[in-house]
Amino acid sequence: MRSLRFIIPLLVFAAIGAFLYKGLSNDPREIPSPLIGKPAPDFSLPVLGADGKAWGPEEMRGKVWLLNVWGSWCAACQIEHPLFNQISREGTLPLVGLAWKDDPAASIRWLQRFGDPYTVVISDRQGRTAIDYGVYGAPESFLIDKRGVIRFKQTGPFSPEIVRDTLVPLVRKLEAEPGA
Amino acid sequence: MSERAPSAPIDEDRYKALAEELRCLVCQNQSLADSAAELAGDLRDEVREQIAAGRSDDEIKEFLVARYGDFVLFRPPLKQTTWALWAGPFALLAAGAGAWWLVQRRQRLGGNAAASPRPGPADMGSDSDAGSNASPASGVDEAAREKARRLLD
Repeated sequence: MRSLRFIIPLLVFAAIGAFLYKGLSNDPREIPSPLIGKPAPDFSLPVLGADGKAWGPEEMRGKVWLLNVWGSWCAACQIEHPLFNQISREGTLPLVGLAWKDDPAASIRWLQRFGDPYTVVISDRQGRTAIDYGVYGAPESFLIDKRGVIRFKQTGPFSPEIVRDTLVPLVRKLEAEPGA
Repeated sequence: MSERAPSAPIDEDRYKALAEELRCLVCQNQSLADSAAELAGDLRDEVREQIAAGRSDDEIKEFLVARYGDFVLFRPPLKQTTWALWAGPFALLAAGAGAWWLVQRRQRLGGNAAASPRPGPADMGSDSDAGSNASPASGVDEAAREKARRLLD
């Protein structure tokens, strides 16, 4: 019996070790968004390259779509961009680009260089709409359902695996849901 | 940094105190007041404007929590998902105090038991030597050792 007491520190050590080990795989940059399951914040922003024309999310009502926050200044956005080009070619779902705190001329040049997979690109120069979406880094993407509810958020660039294993199945599922 | 013009004069002390309470999401160990990140600048402007618009501190915090989650608050609110965070240190403190008290009590009682004559350091260990090595031990000694062992176990 007495010898069992020496196990107690070992158990405590193992418990602390387990917590610390789990902590290793936690990414402090990934902050759970409180917006999942909430209606996508409304906005009206100028369409990139279309003088004076404005665009808002209500134009996507009844569709499952992805709002991708990017900027020509954002290096990680270049990494995921080929995936968006592919999604656009395959017609998986409409993509809407939100150019975050970017010079419109620079945004346009960037799209000419890397391809433009977006149905529409809007320009949020002041970052007001990005704040409404709780954006704290680029890229970030929001999957929005037919009723205009945010169902999934990708923080950081998409990888081919996340597109294949998470995004595409979720899009299929949301498309099967009844619209508004 | 920001293209937005500073709005009407506001209570700078209140603004400063509020910005100290809010976390910058880019440089996560800095407050909104300290961070030089561009987003922090935008959020500072947002806070400034909302103060100027007559919003209360709580309303402004709610605005940010609705968008960025409790993470923006350096002092997370007490709720179902955070009770362990708040109660944990006190629970650990209580557990530590309890363990300390137990050890103290044992030492006190063990000290009394050890006051009776003991055969030698071999007594520290296994139960087997209590029988095999018992030649010099008197009956009283044996009883005291047994009592001490029970208390220890």
